[in-house]
Amino acid sequence: MSTHTHAHSVALPGHKDYRGSKIGIWLFLITEVILFGGMFLLYSVYRSRYAVDFHHAAGELNTLLGTINTLVLLTSSLTMALSIAATHHGNRKLALIMLALTIACGAAFMVNKYFEWSHEFAHGIYPGSEYLLAHPKGEILFFGLYFTMVGVHGIHVLVGMGLLSVMFLKVMNQPNKTVSFVAGHGLANADGGHFAVLDKDGNAVWKSEPIDATIERVDMKTKYWPVKERFHVADFNQLENSGLYWHIVDIIWIFLFPLFYLIT
Amino acid sequence: MSNDAGNEHEAQAHEPMGYGTYFLTWFSLLCLTAITVTAAGMHFGGMSVVVALVIAAIKASIVLFLFMHLKYEDAMFHRMLLIMILALTIFIGLTFTDVLFR
Repeated sequence: MSTHTHAHSVALPGHKDYRGSKIGIWLFLITEVILFGGMFLLYSVYRSRYAVDFHHAAGELNTLLGTINTLVLLTSSLTMALSIAATHHGNRKLALIMLALTIACGAAFMVNKYFEWSHEFAHGIYPGSEYLLAHPKGEILFFGLYFTMVGVHGIHVLVGMGLLSVMFLKVMNQPNKTVSFVAGHGLANADGGHFAVLDKDGNAVWKSEPIDATIERVDMKTKYWPVKERFHVADFNQLENSGLYWHIVDIIWIFLFPLFYLIT
Repeated sequence: MSNDAGNEHEAQAHEPMGYGTYFLTWFSLLCLTAITVTAAGMHFGGMSVVVALVIAAIKASIVLFLFMHLKYEDAMFHRMLLIMILALTIFIGLTFTDVLFR
């Protein structure tokens, strides 16, 4: 990956495949859509059967909180996209700020959900409650679907927040690089060579012990100033993939919101 | 190792979208949300589901093509999306050919 490839320097196996990785994440996202698709299928059948009950049950939901949550997630998609755009522009600080805002939006969404569900539980609306079981079949089905689908979606939001937190740490480490020389690749038949740090006159400022056959691996960790020239799109593959996941979570909510909160 | 150079080229292939474009996208999504909430207050009868779904589909398309860069990806990704939509349509559509006649 470095531009100065010496005959003996070989990056550790595990080469990067930008396009392959992108195909992979899209395939996964499609499986996520099919996962929710199955639940939407259930929803569509029961709604067609119990249209009036669904309408009544939906009246119990807090449309304002639902709308706010929609706006929160849409904004989180914006900050996510801005974070990635910032890396393309070589602006690490902005990327980190936007990433933090995205995670904060996710937290806000979950806090809203907490208030919503607390209110509903307090009114006896939860899966299997006696209050609910006294209601018409269609309303029980509505809430069963509501808690399941919104719940699974909420888990996806939490997972996304965890993922983005990990990405935050990775972006913080950019554009630093680690190049590894492994026995069998770059260190084969090493016998008495050494690593040295040289000053501008070519004098060794530091010299390692001799590299012999007992050495398994040498890691060269380089820290760089976060200047724009050091930021390459391919280095932010994981961040982009995480962004794609986050957007899918947003898209699923885009469908959940009108189907549960806006039934007229 | 040589693949890494191809990697870099592949990744750098498209021009980055500007920050402004993302804000415009976000704003249009907010507007569509306002529209869908307003439409919910209107009486479309049986059509209200259709209206809600159409608006949701438009919002999803905006997120897919702009935020998720699908507009700038090559045909293969578009085909994957198409196949997925087709699959869901068949699952739900075919189920209704049964359910509607019970």
